[in-house]
Amino acid sequence: MTANPYIVQLEAVSKHFGSFQALRNISLAVRPGEKVVICGPSGSGKSTMIRCVNRLERHESGRITVDGLEITDDARSLQAIRCEVGMVFQSFNLFPHLSVMDNLTLGPIRVRNMSRKEAEDVAMHFLERVRIPEQARKYPAQLSGGQQQRVAIARSLCMKPKLMLFDEPTSALDPEMINEVLDVMEKLALDGMTMLVVTHEMGFAKRVADTMVFMDKGEIVETAPPAMFFNNPGTDRCKLFLKQILTH
Amino acid sequence: MSFRLISIALLAALLTTGCGTEYTWGWFVVSPWTPKGQTNLRFLISGLGWTLLLAACAILLSVITGLLVSLLSLSNNKGLRAIGRVYVEVFRSIPMLVMVLWVYYGLPVVLGIELGVFASGVVALAVCDSAFEAEIFRAGIQSIDRGQHEASESIGLTWFDKMRFVIMPQAVRRILPPLGNQFVYMLKTSSLVSIIGLTELTRKANELVVTEYRPLEIYTFLILEYLVLIVIVSFLVRMLERRMGVSDRRPS
Repeated sequence: MTANPYIVQLEAVSKHFGSFQALRNISLAVRPGEKVVICGPSGSGKSTMIRCVNRLERHESGRITVDGLEITDDARSLQAIRCEVGMVFQSFNLFPHLSVMDNLTLGPIRVRNMSRKEAEDVAMHFLERVRIPEQARKYPAQLSGGQQQRVAIARSLCMKPKLMLFDEPTSALDPEMINEVLDVMEKLALDGMTMLVVTHEMGFAKRVADTMVFMDKGEIVETAPPAMFFNNPGTDRCKLFLKQILTH
Repeated sequence: MSFRLISIALLAALLTTGCGTEYTWGWFVVSPWTPKGQTNLRFLISGLGWTLLLAACAILLSVITGLLVSLLSLSNNKGLRAIGRVYVEVFRSIPMLVMVLWVYYGLPVVLGIELGVFASGVVALAVCDSAFEAEIFRAGIQSIDRGQHEASESIGLTWFDKMRFVIMPQAVRRILPPLGNQFVYMLKTSSLVSIIGLTELTRKANELVVTEYRPLEIYTFLILEYLVLIVIVSFLVRMLERRMGVSDRRPS
């Protein structure tokens, strides 16, 4: 038996919301260290797909494996998977009643069984990585949107995940704050993190992506390296989308 | 605090002046300046311990039960959810007085459980109020954004840790006002336990009325006793609200 070369593998995954088919027969395989950028019109299933990878959404058919473990209803394996998969949300979802430091240490202390001291060292390390160590004692509401999103990224990193999911991480930010978040993500990419990113930031995609995925109406329409994807897209739907998004 | 003091003074004035009628007040029954009045006052106030103990125990028990029931009502499991809903519907529709009587006189007959006056009172109050508190807790928990659940789950927290460290601390902060209201209400309804003979404030007043024939003065004094108690409790709740609000502060 050969070892599975993929860290994430989706095979024929489908999902409905009521009568609406959100995902149709999705297959995707991601190698360790690969950066996949997923784009497409709204409602095309991009978010739903990456949310299935840590089971914030439950897929109905098909198979999803993460780091060799299949995602099922089994709570224990699900928790093991979630520890390995970091997630950054569009709306940050920091814990408003906890300080930045406590936001970062909650997972490591409760899930990774670190001591408070250890967890705080790890947290400071990642706060420095996202360049806001001076905000450790503040509460989320006291930070700007860009700072909050960087804290959210640091919170995920503190769990030392093997894989990071980004669900439109800059869509809720004011324009002048988008770059500070993208910079942090780019650095993360350079350090070799495996990343699945849903975003409309095509500049970021060109710089960082190994693979571009274009989705429409719940299907993966096109999968290609960025050079090919941006210069010579294979389908009309994709051409149209790129034209709209790149010329606005 | 000053608003509450004014409200006490106002009510006291209203109750103790004749309000234009012919009634001649006989305040001597509770006068602190005569030996007889002092004895009566001591007698009335001696019910305070039971009232406070009863309310405190019932509040504690009802908060625990209410929280558990609210978690049942929010469960993903249909059976558990049904249990939670039925509990709320049944126990919030039983009048408190009936509940007190039923627990004290009914339980020994039906289940062979004899609880005694105090325990019966605690159980009756706690069960009735836990149904209301379950609804308060449910509303509070449901008001927390879905993103908070998702963020907790995505860092691998177990359900219990998610509730304990993320959801409940935020929910409790939001429901503190209605919860405090419920505590005040329980303190008042503890007077119903007088009917089965627990010598708390109301029972003491009833007993004194029988010997002194001055119901108006004695019950007026009883009202003031409850008023003072409840002013203190609501002050404590406010203080708690203020203290818990600390971490929600916005940049100034």
